[in-house]
Amino acid sequence: MPIEVAFDAVLVLLLLGLAGTALHVRRLYTAVLLFVIFGLLLAITWARLGAVDLALAEAAIGAGLIGVMLLTALARSGAEPAMRSGRLGVAVSSVLAVLVTALLALAVLPLAERTVDLPELVSAQMTNSGVSHPVTAVLLNFRGWDTLLELVVLLLAFLGVRQLGPAGGSLPAAWPLLDAWSRLLAPLSIMLAGYLLWRGSAAPGGAFQAGAVLAAGAVMLHLAGLLPRIGWSNWQVRVLMLAGIAVFALVAAGTHWLGAGWLNYPLSWSKALIVLVEIAATCSIATTLTLLVIGEREQPTP
Amino acid sequence: MVELSVWLYWLSWPLLIAGIFFFLAGTVGLLRFPDVYSRLHAVTKADTLGLGLVVVGLSLRSDSWYSVGMMVLVWVLIMASGATACQLLARYQREAELAARVTRQEPPSDAD
Repeated sequence: MPIEVAFDAVLVLLLLGLAGTALHVRRLYTAVLLFVIFGLLLAITWARLGAVDLALAEAAIGAGLIGVMLLTALARSGAEPAMRSGRLGVAVSSVLAVLVTALLALAVLPLAERTVDLPELVSAQMTNSGVSHPVTAVLLNFRGWDTLLELVVLLLAFLGVRQLGPAGGSLPAAWPLLDAWSRLLAPLSIMLAGYLLWRGSAAPGGAFQAGAVLAAGAVMLHLAGLLPRIGWSNWQVRVLMLAGIAVFALVAAGTHWLGAGWLNYPLSWSKALIVLVEIAATCSIATTLTLLVIGEREQPTP
Repeated sequence: MVELSVWLYWLSWPLLIAGIFFFLAGTVGLLRFPDVYSRLHAVTKADTLGLGLVVVGLSLRSDSWYSVGMMVLVWVLIMASGATACQLLARYQREAELAARVTRQEPPSDAD
């Protein structure tokens, strides 16, 4: 298929070019825009590779939410810092780059000569997983620990950002058009998130994608000034944010106590438990991503 | 007698090519037009039309109504978001121009 090869080649060249330009462009604003475009093209690349789950996550988080986050950070940082670095800096970073590349190669190369056929193993175990989509089966059943720890990482990231202090500044008054548009998009994002979450058991989609879409809707409302002031001090926000980890940990403990072992679901309960964990995780991911992007406003002292 | 699907297949070609043409035209306009407003005009209108033509072309080739419906929904959403984003960007530019005029201490004129 020469035309597909040509498409892929153009995609790869564009990705490399965008990555290089985003790193070396003089204005940070241009770099952020290039990074967002890079994220969109990366999503297309994942889709081309057949990893639709990753494509969805990359488009929603990598291109959308991180783009907003970077632009907000840029708007707050004021004057652009000088991008010049001395010869010593260049030398040190090239050495570091070579070292990191070597480490990555060392980590990845053993995968090339894998002794266990993992896709084969997964498809052989699919009937025991309770869901029919292999990615969901791996994420929430076979490798449930990894997903649980990812939720912890997300919470830690939020707590880390919180230490940096509240996000200052207020948004300008929203124009009526933006107001109306975000009122239209917000219910749409809720519907889409529900769809992604429910489809996740049988097709690409799931908690991370649904959470990211929900967060995008919330960020949109925030930009239009329609989102009420939320933050860690609201107990509802705290409950939502911790729900994912709490439910996941309770399920893990319950399966250990009553069943075969940590996160080893009994077959008849698999689907219900997985959906339960996914719903809680979606709430946590959506809340955490929203607060990571919009930042916490200064609370008026009561 | 040629089958209907073959007819539809050949009918989709001019639509797809016209769609690609409008995408190209919009991109050229974005790159070459002198100011923000005409660039926005070029890129939003031509891209929306181009995407619509591509969607119609692909719908003629599709074999399920489900995917046709999905593509039309995507088109409607992109049309709405393109129009909204265009208005917002144009308005932002306009306010920036007005602010620049105020800082230059020029009397605002009604005919602008």
